[in-house]
Amino acid sequence: MSMNNQGRPSRPVHTYDAGAYEDTFSGSRGLDQAEPLIFERGHFDNTGVDLDEPKGTPTRLAGLDREGEIGFPGLSEPEAMRHYVRLSRKNYAIDLGLYPLGSCTMKHNPRLNEKMARLPGFGDIHPLQPQSTVQGAFELIGELAHWLMTLTGTPAVAMSPKAGAHGELCGMMAIRAALDARGEKHRRRVLVPESAHGTNPATAVQCGFTVDEIPANEGGRVDMEAFKAKLGDDVAGIMLTNPNTCGLFERDIKEIADLIHEAGGYFYCDGANFNAIVGRVRPGDLGIDAMHINLHKTFSTPHGGGGPGSGPTVFSEALAPYAPVPYVKQNGDSWTMIEHEGEAREDGTDPFGRMTAFHGNMGMFTRALSYMMSHGSDGLKQAAEDAVLNANYIQARLSHVMTQAFEGTCMHEALFDDRFLKDTGVSTLDFAKAMIDEGYHPMTMYFPLVVHGAMLIEPTETESRASLDRFCDTLEGLALAAKAGEKDRFMAAPVHAPAKRLDETRAARSPILRWTPPTDEQVAAE
Amino acid sequence: MRYLPLTPDDRTIMLDKIGVSSVDALFDDVPESARFDGVVDLPRRATELQVERAFTRMAKKNTAASEAPFFVGAGAYKHHVPATVDHLIQRSEYLTSYTPYQPEISQGTLQTLFEFQTQVAALTGMEVANASMYDGSTACAEAVLMACRITRRNKAVLSGNLHPHYAAATHTLAKYMDIDTTSQGAKPGSLDDIANSITDETACVVVQNPDVFGKVHDLTPLAEAAHAKGALLIAVFTEVVSLGLMKSPGAMGADIVVGEGQSLGVGLQFGGPYVGLFACRGDRNFIRNMPGRLAGETVDADGRRGFVLTLSTREQHIRRDKATSNICTNSGLMALAWTIHCTLLGQDGVSKLARLNHERACELADRLSALPGVELVTDAFFNEFTLRLPKDAAGVVEALVDKGVLGGVPASRLYPGKGLDDLLLVAATETNTDEDLDAFEAALKEVL
Repeated sequence: MSMNNQGRPSRPVHTYDAGAYEDTFSGSRGLDQAEPLIFERGHFDNTGVDLDEPKGTPTRLAGLDREGEIGFPGLSEPEAMRHYVRLSRKNYAIDLGLYPLGSCTMKHNPRLNEKMARLPGFGDIHPLQPQSTVQGAFELIGELAHWLMTLTGTPAVAMSPKAGAHGELCGMMAIRAALDARGEKHRRRVLVPESAHGTNPATAVQCGFTVDEIPANEGGRVDMEAFKAKLGDDVAGIMLTNPNTCGLFERDIKEIADLIHEAGGYFYCDGANFNAIVGRVRPGDLGIDAMHINLHKTFSTPHGGGGPGSGPTVFSEALAPYAPVPYVKQNGDSWTMIEHEGEAREDGTDPFGRMTAFHGNMGMFTRALSYMMSHGSDGLKQAAEDAVLNANYIQARLSHVMTQAFEGTCMHEALFDDRFLKDTGVSTLDFAKAMIDEGYHPMTMYFPLVVHGAMLIEPTETESRASLDRFCDTLEGLALAAKAGEKDRFMAAPVHAPAKRLDETRAARSPILRWTPPTDEQVAAE
Repeated sequence: MRYLPLTPDDRTIMLDKIGVSSVDALFDDVPESARFDGVVDLPRRATELQVERAFTRMAKKNTAASEAPFFVGAGAYKHHVPATVDHLIQRSEYLTSYTPYQPEISQGTLQTLFEFQTQVAALTGMEVANASMYDGSTACAEAVLMACRITRRNKAVLSGNLHPHYAAATHTLAKYMDIDTTSQGAKPGSLDDIANSITDETACVVVQNPDVFGKVHDLTPLAEAAHAKGALLIAVFTEVVSLGLMKSPGAMGADIVVGEGQSLGVGLQFGGPYVGLFACRGDRNFIRNMPGRLAGETVDADGRRGFVLTLSTREQHIRRDKATSNICTNSGLMALAWTIHCTLLGQDGVSKLARLNHERACELADRLSALPGVELVTDAFFNEFTLRLPKDAAGVVEALVDKGVLGGVPASRLYPGKGLDDLLLVAATETNTDEDLDAFEAALKEVL
């Protein structure tokens, strides 16, 4: 064995046959380290936090003191650090690579925003402190509200919804309240295109509406004839995503707005895809009555492995009075927060209620405003244009090997169907899982439902051309491999991920939703 | 612009590949009448330094909780969070990942959620817990809807001592589904007469413990009264640390337990993002009716243990208009912060932390209620209590600000116009020093 000049072996001591040592003694595979549950490794009497010693004075809990152990272990700080760092390495992340989930807008999350949210004057203030001690917080909420209203061309915004779906609820409740105020209790039917996100119909039902689906036309947009046929005096409104979930701009949107208004209904616009049009289209100009904005999509607050999000909801003049409490109000140099419905009525509004305990996800407001100010009005417009350019570039680069679902250019996401996989034995799911082996998170699959075996790719504006080229080269390679009959590599995929395909049926059939201590028999068997 | 990688040359090359002459052509589908020409009337791009200056200017107008003797509670509490927590939740792999729909490359998030669910269930004394909700108030509202689905009834009875913002959020979510959410009047210092409101049509009783005034209650008789009528008991908490010292809601007979997890790991953040905890009985019917995400254990193709999001047939992306809830996200990163803080503490640390909180509050209550004209309204409490003052409490709180003390929440801020103007809610935690208590006592004495 020879040594290099750093004193390390210049080649492996032994050469193994590939695959011969897949099973390791530790269960780890190099940097992919096996990590047990805290319940299996921790000590039930250990702790990683040093606290003052209690004095041991008698409690005053009316005899309701806890009896027995709580039932979870503690880890010392180094053990806890290692546990969570090891687990983190089993996650894909936008900081690791392109994250092409269509409709999710996985863009770069600037760390400046994290720093701003953690300033003690924002991160360490209480929602019920005296209002005189949080004037800067109200100012920030007011400033963000101003940016959102200006970008959308609307006169009002409710800041408290905690996520996109919560914003939808906010918008639809305002519609319900407006209809009730008009005394039109017969208007209970909401029109929802069949390409809509699942949250749309679920939200409509939570507001006491029934859902009537509008089919898509062959071009992936609302079928106008079908839409017109569904209008009537029992229609409460329409919920429409624009750009829609096929990645296309609804060309007839102004006509849709006019017709729904003529029919006496309201227009709810799902703003999930606002990223494509910021600075180029103001939804308020199109005649929408309500639209939520996903700050965690368009304005780059981190997705955090599934939240928290934030869903401020803008309103037209018609719906603005029904916006929920609380809301901030500027009086000259000072700000107040209107917290109760009674107070709001004295202020001349008629809120439908309250969405949440406090004022919404302030921590997301700070991040979003930091992002928006960094970009500025010019940068935000450029971001939207680059997002659309990147998606079209992917579509142009891949349409010769994959099948584009609809003709023409797209907006911020490129939609393919599974025709190119016909007779290959490879499904959309298999194709997506093979992407994992190539180091990519899969795109959104099987959504929207109107496209067979849908693959919805949203690169966002924060990918370089080189990154897009690598991605396209990879997908091209996979598409050609599928067509060349290399079905096996797809069926086995992923083989290079921390886990192979997981048995979801088993998980749902007999759910194990928590760790339980081993029984005496299990302990004895070991 | 620092967040945009494309260069002008890139854009030209890419437009060429697409086969269009300009980026405007990509927006051809936008009808001309819908286009906004020019640049919207907002400031242009800013450097990091400029943004930092603007934010620092606004932040300085606020008084941070750590800058003053601080006793504000009523649904959010000032606690110390170990530095490890904030470091770990800023790991790129946690911070910048999406919902774990692809389990092969999301085992980190999924395993931490599984551990989170187990910790929540253990602490609440329940059999199962979900992967978190937006916050305590929305968890409360969702619990009421779940109880209505399970019992097939549509009346909920809300305790008057349930945090009024929780009651309002619940009422708002339920009202358009024709669910009656009757709220009793507030009764500071006692358990309201809620058991007598339960009928054969009641789906659930919702009661907070410790209640909004800080008073602790034995929920066992209420659970029995509810169960006798076929109704469910929903127990709510706003201070999760209380569970470290108190008999769990599960042990008192609750069927669903919901609350705010903010005290552990999350920080104050002016009201959000927080983390809603949601736990319930393990009956099949309960699990199938739960809202929100659930992580579950399974195996991969090699037979190795792994975790997935499961029972998604309850959820909106599968069931659409028949889903149990419209909820799409959980509060993932805050749930992670919560579980890391819990893991660092361990069960012994949680109990000890709870005891420290309780002792601080007991000491403060004794000192403040010894002042002339001040009366302790809540005789049994955890880390928050209510005082009756000889003056209007809102005015006292403002006067305390002038003395540099953030001295609690006037009950009238939560219940305006309900004749509770002389009541002050005061919280004490492990973060309060002896000097803080001295300062509060001295300041209150002066302003009364």
